[in-house]
Amino acid sequence: MSVTACPGCATAPVGGQNTSLEVPTHHLVLPGIHCAGCISAVETTLLKEPAIRAARVNLTKRRVSIVSDVGLDPTPWIAELSRAGFEAYEAGAVEERQGDDLMLPLGVAGFAMMNVMLLSVAVWSGAVDSTRDFLHWISAAIALPATAFSAQPFFRHAWSALRVGRLNMDVPISLAIILACGMSVYEVQHSGPHAWFDAALTLTFFLLIGRVLDQRLRRRARSAADDLAALEPARVMRIEGQTKISRPVAEIAVGDRLWVTAGGRVPVDAILESGAAEVDCSFLTGESDPVTRHAGDALCAGEVMLTGPSTLRATAVGEDTTLRRIAQLVATAETSRGAFRSLADKAAAAYTPVVHIVSAAAFLGWLIATGDLRMAVNVAIATLIITCPCAMGLAVPAVAVAATSQLYRRGLLLTSDTALERMADVDMVVFDKTGTLTERRLTVPDDLCPEARSVLRALSEASDHPLCRGVSRGLLDVSPAPLSDIREVLGEGVHAVWQHRRVFLGRRTPEDATVVLRVDGAETVLPAMETLVPSAKEAVAALRALGLKTAMLTGDTAENAHRMARDVGIDRVWAGERADAKLEIIESLKAEGQRVLMVGDGLNDQAAISAADISIAPGSALDATRKAADIIIVSGDMTQIAPAIRTSRLACHRMRQNFRIATWYNVIAVPIAVLGFATPLAASIAMSTSSVTVVVNALRGFKR
Amino acid sequence: MNILVVLVPCSLVLGLGALVAFIWTIRSRQYEDMEGDAARVLLDEDA
Repeated sequence: MSVTACPGCATAPVGGQNTSLEVPTHHLVLPGIHCAGCISAVETTLLKEPAIRAARVNLTKRRVSIVSDVGLDPTPWIAELSRAGFEAYEAGAVEERQGDDLMLPLGVAGFAMMNVMLLSVAVWSGAVDSTRDFLHWISAAIALPATAFSAQPFFRHAWSALRVGRLNMDVPISLAIILACGMSVYEVQHSGPHAWFDAALTLTFFLLIGRVLDQRLRRRARSAADDLAALEPARVMRIEGQTKISRPVAEIAVGDRLWVTAGGRVPVDAILESGAAEVDCSFLTGESDPVTRHAGDALCAGEVMLTGPSTLRATAVGEDTTLRRIAQLVATAETSRGAFRSLADKAAAAYTPVVHIVSAAAFLGWLIATGDLRMAVNVAIATLIITCPCAMGLAVPAVAVAATSQLYRRGLLLTSDTALERMADVDMVVFDKTGTLTERRLTVPDDLCPEARSVLRALSEASDHPLCRGVSRGLLDVSPAPLSDIREVLGEGVHAVWQHRRVFLGRRTPEDATVVLRVDGAETVLPAMETLVPSAKEAVAALRALGLKTAMLTGDTAENAHRMARDVGIDRVWAGERADAKLEIIESLKAEGQRVLMVGDGLNDQAAISAADISIAPGSALDATRKAADIIIVSGDMTQIAPAIRTSRLACHRMRQNFRIATWYNVIAVPIAVLGFATPLAASIAMSTSSVTVVVNALRGFKR
Repeated sequence: MNILVVLVPCSLVLGLGALVAFIWTIRSRQYEDMEGDAARVLLDEDA
């Protein structure tokens, strides 16, 4: 039984129902779930674990909450999920929803608006005298408490701005709501024909929709940040007496002995206790060649152990690790970006004074011309309500939510709320070569005989070394040879016996890191080459098709860099650059007037990442780098960049279009209001149509 | 117009009822995972 054609779940799901009121003890992030089948497969898998009392997947957040015993190690569950085909990470403690605080005001405003609107329709269609007053009084009874409750977010923001002598969007909004309610009460007391209760509520309702969308957006960015934190190894094996126990990294103290297996990342600064190990330091240096470390050598947090398992002794933890200290140093480069002003801010700054001036002018004009205070106040209210940034408040959040949701489904996490707008302006994409466009792989010589190939495949599959995995991927067309006596020697390679002959894959000598295949003494060198990731060319071509300039920034030699650049079609190359030089290049490009998008993954790129107008990092990047980047591509697939830029351009285009639509409504409606022709009916129509138009326009074109 | 005396309270009661229902949906966390709930409809519950 397969429920949907979701690639994420080949497993046949069996319904798992479990609604538990218990507080979840563990949270796992599941980046790869898509559909009902995934939900069911994950829940069923987890419920088979005896320690788990309940598990519930949240598909929106791509998480599962588990009820079990506090402090239990979730590693076996993660392993079980990965056997079922789901990637899972342990998430830190999740702050329990302080979220839906705007939903209730929205609901109250909505229902009050509908009821008052019904009563207003009766008034508009010709109720007079005592009937009209009766209907107005009921409206007041609904509208006054409803606005007092629902419009509080606006009052609060307006007050906090006024207190420091500033104006923001919420000031005219609050003014309009309060004046409209106050004046309407006065009018109704004096049996006046017009009451603005419905307008005050409509205003509150539509603006709250904008706020709710905005809040969702911010919450999504926050949960993206949580997800990123989960990618980091939250746990490490600590040697306690004779046993190894999995502990959260935060619990590790200086002097603890740790056990790290091949492929594992060094969790804290440490020294190697015994033997030798190969370490990948590319995150720190940009250098892709592995480094050999011997007993007593220091290891930095973030380095990846290529051989293993090894025993380490922690020397610095938490904020004291080298990684953190470097990260703090580069964090200063980030201030340059704070100057960015979003479209919504610019619009608000231009718009707010206009609203106040126009309504004040209307009030004074009518007061002087007619001397009728009541009339003047009424016109001023009409102007205020009609000019109020109803559609403006919706114009940006509606588009932003549609666009970020689309990007989220493609596996792109936006960690900054202005990232979308900054990405749309980009005209140059700068890649750091290693880790984004290339990967280091052993190449198999073409002239290798078929027998040797099958031995090579078998040997490489016997090892956990990351380089070996690359080899076996390249030899999928040959069947592995049957080997016996397989034995992996740390710092050497894999020894085995094949048809009574000794075979070996590994380093030529302990000093020479060249990888060789030896079959009965006959030696073949497997050159380690930096090869392009298969999708690199496609990714760059797509960017060029969008009319963007491309560039490569690397610490590698000029010859290598130029060859790679030619292969993928990149225009400009800076080779042999150190981290501080990278920063200077980005700064000089910005000085030339280029809007730079930096794509990089290493700590050596981090200064450049922070300095660029906008930056993208793959999900595999270091924690510190990911925090500095604006956008994370979880899968690391660089072909996602071009569509993401297209989405952001569409989003900004829509935002501007929405502002224009909202402005046109005002251009038509304001003269009507100022001249005193606007009735509550006209105001309601103008407000609703402009808001609905803006929302519909926002959702256009963002495919799910 | 006397009919209003009946109809207006009627509409108010209905509106209030809807509001109470809405508050209940918030309380019972029905807006937490809208995508997930949409997908769960497709699952068999008899397992």
